[in-house]
Amino acid sequence: MTETQSAPVREAPERAVAAIELSGVEKSYVSHGETVAAVRGVDLRIAEGEFFSLLGPSGCGKTTTMRMIAGFEDPTAGAVYLHGSDVTGVPANKRDVNMVFQSYALFPHMNVFENVAFGLRRKGVPKDEIRSRVGAMLGVVDLAGREKRRPAELSGGQQQRVALARALVNRPRALLLDEPLGALDLKLRQLMQVELKRIQREVGITFVYVTHDQSEALTMSDRIAVMNDGVIEQLGTPREIYERPATRFVAGFIGTSNLLGGEVAGAGERAVLAGGPDERIEVPLRDGAAVAVGERLELTVRPEKIGIGLDRPDEGLCRVRGTVTEVVYLGTSTNYNVTTAAGADVVVFLQNATSADDIAVRGDDVWLSWDPRHSYAIHPDA
Amino acid sequence: MAAKSGRLAPYLMILPSGLWLLAFFAIPLVLMVSLSLQTGNLVDGFQQTFHWRNYVDGLDTYGDKFVRSLWYGLLATGACIALAYPAAYWIAFHGGRHKSTYLFLLLLPYFVSFVLRTVSWKLVLTDNGPILGPLRDHGIVPDDFHILDTATAVVSGLTYNFLPFMVLPIYVALERVDHRVVEAAYDLYASRLHAFTKVILPLSLPGVFAGVIMTFVPISADYVNAEVLGGPQNTMIGNVIQSEYFGNSAYPVASALSFTLMAILLIGIFVYARTLGTKDVLEAAGR
Repeated sequence: MTETQSAPVREAPERAVAAIELSGVEKSYVSHGETVAAVRGVDLRIAEGEFFSLLGPSGCGKTTTMRMIAGFEDPTAGAVYLHGSDVTGVPANKRDVNMVFQSYALFPHMNVFENVAFGLRRKGVPKDEIRSRVGAMLGVVDLAGREKRRPAELSGGQQQRVALARALVNRPRALLLDEPLGALDLKLRQLMQVELKRIQREVGITFVYVTHDQSEALTMSDRIAVMNDGVIEQLGTPREIYERPATRFVAGFIGTSNLLGGEVAGAGERAVLAGGPDERIEVPLRDGAAVAVGERLELTVRPEKIGIGLDRPDEGLCRVRGTVTEVVYLGTSTNYNVTTAAGADVVVFLQNATSADDIAVRGDDVWLSWDPRHSYAIHPDA
Repeated sequence: MAAKSGRLAPYLMILPSGLWLLAFFAIPLVLMVSLSLQTGNLVDGFQQTFHWRNYVDGLDTYGDKFVRSLWYGLLATGACIALAYPAAYWIAFHGGRHKSTYLFLLLLPYFVSFVLRTVSWKLVLTDNGPILGPLRDHGIVPDDFHILDTATAVVSGLTYNFLPFMVLPIYVALERVDHRVVEAAYDLYASRLHAFTKVILPLSLPGVFAGVIMTFVPISADYVNAEVLGGPQNTMIGNVIQSEYFGNSAYPVASALSFTLMAILLIGIFVYARTLGTKDVLEAAGR
């Protein structure tokens, strides 16, 4: 285990044994004579009791990764560890993890009680214990009294909770959830997000949550792995992922992000980018990243971090000139679309906290400003 | 106007088949009921005499043929399930991209006429045919061993001829089983055996149920297989009805026998549906 612990895993909490560990996991399929790589080398350690999300667009390999943890797929290369023991090649019915399927996959011919009792019956748990455990679990998911209903007689949200109870009643070492809220409407989805988080705290089981919905992942997760094209682009807490996107993909996939680029005019602790007259763009260089003068560099700034005004901003702030192309009033906030003098399109979110009037209107020449600490450099190769 | 024609549309759509059923099913049925209660002969003509004895006599005389028909029906239906289920299962779960090809291959023989297929079985099963001939020559079976003119031949022929009516409904039911539900069973610690007995089998039972009805009824009423492959000791009720009708021109007796068979099958199906067709059975199977 010590060997795998020293593997280059970012931000993994210091623990002796990870609940789930993937080491160099790859998965490729042969389709129509062509080899297609679904997962191209994933290393991660998920801690006991953690709410961990695999986030990415469809086809990024997140579901395949989860199915390898569940035991439905065998990795082409690499190994899967559950609580320190190598389970690579162990079939799903011998793994102490349970899954909540995207479409719930409830047994349509069984009532709620039998659905939830299925796993316990297979494990040969005594009848009395099955009755009490199923009853207690149905209480946790707020479905007491509906034992005799068939899945078809339940609403989407109730089916979802049956699926959750059916998995959790087995007290698995980890629970895998494959886009479990995808079929619910927005209101119910938000309700279930809070509910899921509560249940996870209550049962204290490691949750691995697969989703393409960034707000879902940000709301619930302790940590998120953003996946794209079969690899993890960034792994970190929701705050780190949102505030400090490591790659252009993460910046674009999570929330709205503005990308500004330019030639490096000066480099040190901060890179200074060449801009128009009286403009100033600088970005901190973190983690010992080095750039050379003349190189092209891009940086990201979140729309809510940018200020907008008609007057020249204070010294010490980054400042860029631009023209307002669109103003969208959204009640609590106003969105400004600005095209900079260099030709980049920038979005600015401004809270309507004090002023009831718009700061600028379409066609106005404005100054954009932000604190350099809120911008992050993205290297062209990232 | 639009609303009115919209309301009429469903009735208009069912009208052609409704008229068809009325003309060629309902009216003949009533005529047959009437015929089954008549007396007379072809020369003197038949009179409506409400002669219920046609039914009593029919059952008295041919009771053993009724019993044999139902027995052969049970055997052949059972054999159909035994052959059809694994085949349908394999095509549905392991057929991959060629599912329709395999189904087509399975159905290919049935593009040939029913009678021709049965006659070809006779050629295959005959004493010096391609199966028994070599076996006899090598002394593997005794010279007085026959397949033709036995119950085995008739039941085999019935099984073969009605197999697709069992395969197709079972295949459709298996094909509709959500693969993720099967995965869920494995995820919940089910062995391969339990995933089958607790999930796949119960979910495919409606297909078996439909297949049984679609095979047992026509098999029990069949007369071609017993005629071609069987001997005098394998006569089924269908053969009796046929010979009473076309041979003896005893129309009332033939009609009464037909209705007796129909009543037996309807009652049988009803009881079967009430006991096996309910969701409680599926639930019990999944426990």
